Amino acid sequence: MASLDDLKKRIASVKSTQKITKAMKMVAAAKLRRAQESAERGRPYSEKMNNIILNLSNGISDKENAPKLLSGTGENKVHLCVVMTSDRGLCGGFNSNIIKKAKSYFSKILNEGKQLKIITVGSKGNDQLKRVYGDKIIENVSFKESKNANYFDADKVGRIIIEKFEAGEFDICTIFYNQFKNVITQIPQAQQIIPLNNEEDHNNSDESYEFEPDEDEILSNLLPKNISTQIFKAMLENSASEQGSRMSAMDNATRNAGEMVDKLTIEYNRSRQAAITKELIEIISGAESL
Amino acid sequence: MSEEFKIEIVNPEKSFLVKEDVLEVVVPAFEGEMGILKDHISIISFLKPGIIKVFSKSGDENYYVEDGIIEFKNNNLSILTSAIFSVTDLDKSKQGDLLKKAEAEASKSEISDQAKYLADQKVEVLRSIN
Repeated sequence: MASLDDLKKRIASVKSTQKITKAMKMVAAAKLRRAQESAERGRPYSEKMNNIILNLSNGISDKENAPKLLSGTGENKVHLCVVMTSDRGLCGGFNSNIIKKAKSYFSKILNEGKQLKIITVGSKGNDQLKRVYGDKIIENVSFKESKNANYFDADKVGRIIIEKFEAGEFDICTIFYNQFKNVITQIPQAQQIIPLNNEEDHNNSDESYEFEPDEDEILSNLLPKNISTQIFKAMLENSASEQGSRMSAMDNATRNAGEMVDKLTIEYNRSRQAAITKELIEIISGAESL
Repeated sequence: MSEEFKIEIVNPEKSFLVKEDVLEVVVPAFEGEMGILKDHISIISFLKPGIIKVFSKSGDENYYVEDGIIEFKNNNLSILTSAIFSVTDLDKSKQGDLLKKAEAEASKSEISDQAKYLADQKVEVLRSIN
């Protein structure tokens, strides 16, 4: 059995851990509110953008010459996966969930004999993936310096992707991120952004638009923007999810630490009592033997 | 509700402006300035750097934009832009910063003609504000 002194030290250390996790939880809660707000405020933009593109692609007259970003290269050989994770740890299953989703997708692609290329956004994803898929990672972007997700950063990632697409380095691009549902639930998502697959039905084509300049030019200008927009949306969702996930993880940690302190305190009190009883018995039996 | 329509300006971060009582909007469309009144035909177009003028019952407002897309449909005008500033909020230092950035961009040698044109446009508009 551990000595009284050891137990005391343990209790002190668990208590200080608890203080840290509690503080982290509070910080995450405060950040979560802001992140959630900006995720919600960012939604109209990406929704509107999607709508316009949908209307445009419905109106486009000759599908064969549609921009490649919309219709794809016509091949399905090289897949580019953009895995978006956080830069910091201690956020529960947040990063592992994305990685798990991504990994199952990777093995599916590799089993089909297709080529895989990976871009990681955020250092945690890179850390976890480089052991197994190190040779597949072609780029690693990290925004440790920027405090909040901003459009400028998203645009940077978007530009990298478009550059590679135009250089013919891949045929299909999918992004992986966590969608924020609520504080406890974040759903890992795989979203294909190149070519754009609009699964929504096309029956609202009774709208006719006037275009200035013509459709093709608008589309070819709009699609790259849409890539950045989608990435920005993913970043916003991700940052809200990260804070939510961290908050619940830290909440659990605080509770566990509390339970541990209780258990250790009981153990400490018991052994202290045992020591007192032992001393008493020694004194009594010593007195009796006289 | 006679001559009024709705305008919504959004940027990636938030919904920038929503107004229900707009009478006329003048936007710097790609092929020239374009005034939009109620019951305009549905249209999608691009913006080049310039000033969006919003005339509404509750007062007129001017905004400086660097790029964007507009969509007008069923008397709803949506403007998507990544960089927008209210002209009244645009103080000298902020304007100077933007101007410097635009000038630096315009003086680059290896940019395409279109990018050059847009950058020049930015410089011109920013200079004209003061």
